[in-house]
Amino acid sequence: MIKQVLFIVLLALTLLVFSYTVSRLWKLFRLTKKTAPVKDWGKRLNLTLAVAFGQTKILRKPLIGFLHALVFWGFMVITVGSIEMVIDGVFGLERAFAGSGWFYKAITASGDVFAYIIAFGIVAFLVRRQFMHIKRFRGIELKPKNKRDANLALAMILFLMISLMGINLAYLNQNPEPVLGLYPISGLIANYWQINLTQAHVVFEVSWWSHIVLIFIFANYLPYSKHFHVFMSVPNVFFSNLDPLGKLPNMESVTKEVQLMLGGNAFQDTGDQAPARFGVKDVEDVSWKNYMDALTCTQCGRCTEVCPANLTGKKLSPRKIFVDLRNRMNEKGLQLIKNPDYNDQKALVSDEYISYEELWACTTCNACAQECPLNISHPNLIMDMRRYLVMEEGRAPSGINAMFANIENNGAPWQFSPEDRLEWTKGD
Amino acid sequence: MNQIHVPVMAELAAAGKSPDILYWVGCAGAFDERYKKVSRSFAKLLNHAGVNYAVLGKEESCTGDAAKRAGNEMLFQMQALNNIEILNGYGIKKIVCTCPHCFNTLKNEYPELGGNYEVLHYTTYLEELIDQGKLKLDKSLLNDKRITYHDPCYLGRANSIYDAPRNVLGKLGGNFSELKRHKSKALCCGAGGAQMFKEAEKGNKEVYAERTDEIIESKAEIVATACPFCMVMLTDGIKFRDQQQKIKNLDLAELLAENLGI
Repeated sequence: MIKQVLFIVLLALTLLVFSYTVSRLWKLFRLTKKTAPVKDWGKRLNLTLAVAFGQTKILRKPLIGFLHALVFWGFMVITVGSIEMVIDGVFGLERAFAGSGWFYKAITASGDVFAYIIAFGIVAFLVRRQFMHIKRFRGIELKPKNKRDANLALAMILFLMISLMGINLAYLNQNPEPVLGLYPISGLIANYWQINLTQAHVVFEVSWWSHIVLIFIFANYLPYSKHFHVFMSVPNVFFSNLDPLGKLPNMESVTKEVQLMLGGNAFQDTGDQAPARFGVKDVEDVSWKNYMDALTCTQCGRCTEVCPANLTGKKLSPRKIFVDLRNRMNEKGLQLIKNPDYNDQKALVSDEYISYEELWACTTCNACAQECPLNISHPNLIMDMRRYLVMEEGRAPSGINAMFANIENNGAPWQFSPEDRLEWTKGD
Repeated sequence: MNQIHVPVMAELAAAGKSPDILYWVGCAGAFDERYKKVSRSFAKLLNHAGVNYAVLGKEESCTGDAAKRAGNEMLFQMQALNNIEILNGYGIKKIVCTCPHCFNTLKNEYPELGGNYEVLHYTTYLEELIDQGKLKLDKSLLNDKRITYHDPCYLGRANSIYDAPRNVLGKLGGNFSELKRHKSKALCCGAGGAQMFKEAEKGNKEVYAERTDEIIESKAEIVATACPFCMVMLTDGIKFRDQQQKIKNLDLAELLAENLGI
């Protein structure tokens, strides 16, 4: 009974903190811009099945991708076990799902196997981070804080798995009759690792409580960590861009202005307000999906690793765009919630965050978007920031301004007369 | 100097005729000294295959791709709306582009502004013509020349067209091998997103040099491209690395025209 009360108190505390986090995020999302309504639910479902659940994009790096996929799939089965633990805890039951026959066997067996696989994977990831010099784990946007965050998240998962192993091993050492569920690997180990009943009981309780408390802490830590992708990856893929990567969205607000200029619907007042700003200057200009991308980014660096600008020593790093967006949202968004007129004289597009130099280095090659395991769309946000630079501030490299002038004057990016457009037919 | 016969849309319309396809030449196709040869080759291929086509000629204007990607949506849409007015005025249904940037813009970005056409990249169209037996290629001409292909970003990743250019190259024979980074993992030439028109930012290498080094490493004698910007960048890169004697940068259309002796 005491245990039950303690559990309910801990669970309530967890949910309280979590709902505070959710409402905070909700308020931040409300600062962002709306987009066109979400359509094509069927296509989105298929995409989510492939990219999120099938891990197709992370598998573009087959070896380490497979290890990640195993961790992901393992999390899914282990989550069922965690739900059971919560039900057990709240209602004072033991193995609430045990009556489900083959389903329980499948869940416990795969959970047991995956606990060991995930632990192996996490150790491999930690070793890679500490001892192997992997270029994509470095970069100007990755501060010591980010590295600590990465290691802490991995360490928590490792302890989650160790405590799960402890639960299974201690359970088998209590010689239950019959054994509920299947534990293939723990069963093997328990043949060699034997402890007496009292010890088994203690190990079980310690493991069980540390596992569930770690889950509660982990769940509340994630939204503040780069590891938030544990929650965000599935929705982010679901809501990701379905258009060909080459398509840069149309700006409808501009279409109205251009039609006015061209005289098409000159006197048709649609009643719509002109947008406060063209393009993206700061956090309140980004779309809710841009912010979702920023919350989802795991800082894996697969984008930056393939960026032609970054590869050739330029300052641009696609990963930094989203790391900066998230940081700036924490800095400004949280203040905007309290005071809608808040202005700290800083901006996302500025030398302090994303600079002119970075924005103009992008070739829009889409290698970053192609590699992102969670379908984050970097080039479109970069282009939105260029739109701000050009349409609001008129800041563009001189060559670009010359190109604009040429297109305006003679309908080609170079200085040639439209009269000469058939010169090429005249022979070699 | 031999003039190629290229039907112009305004003349066709005046004669009451309508073409099956519109060949969108693009600004580089019309004005870039090197790439004009590619336009000539493609027009020769269309003539050779007996295609009923036309070009807009003086009525064609920049699609606005570079302006859009440089953040000037206003200028892009002015270009787009003007072009759409002309295209719709002629009742154009099907467009073939040599430039992947024009292709991407016409195909993906014009529909929302009222320009709905079937838009093909010429690599896809050439594959069709070959399959229909309208272009009969001789596989023996290239012998065992080592040949590779550089994927343009706006064809490959942007629009997932990887096979058509490879299938066309396959019809030419030669000893084809892929570059280390190819298809969806291909490295950009460095010119997209309006980079073509500006100096590169400070770094330790030019993007085109990085790509050229990969081409050199592949030991290819011919690097085939299917984009005017890629052609400019790789030609520069080959010159920059002083490899003009060893590596030729040719467009798919040029390779086909050469194969057919036209």
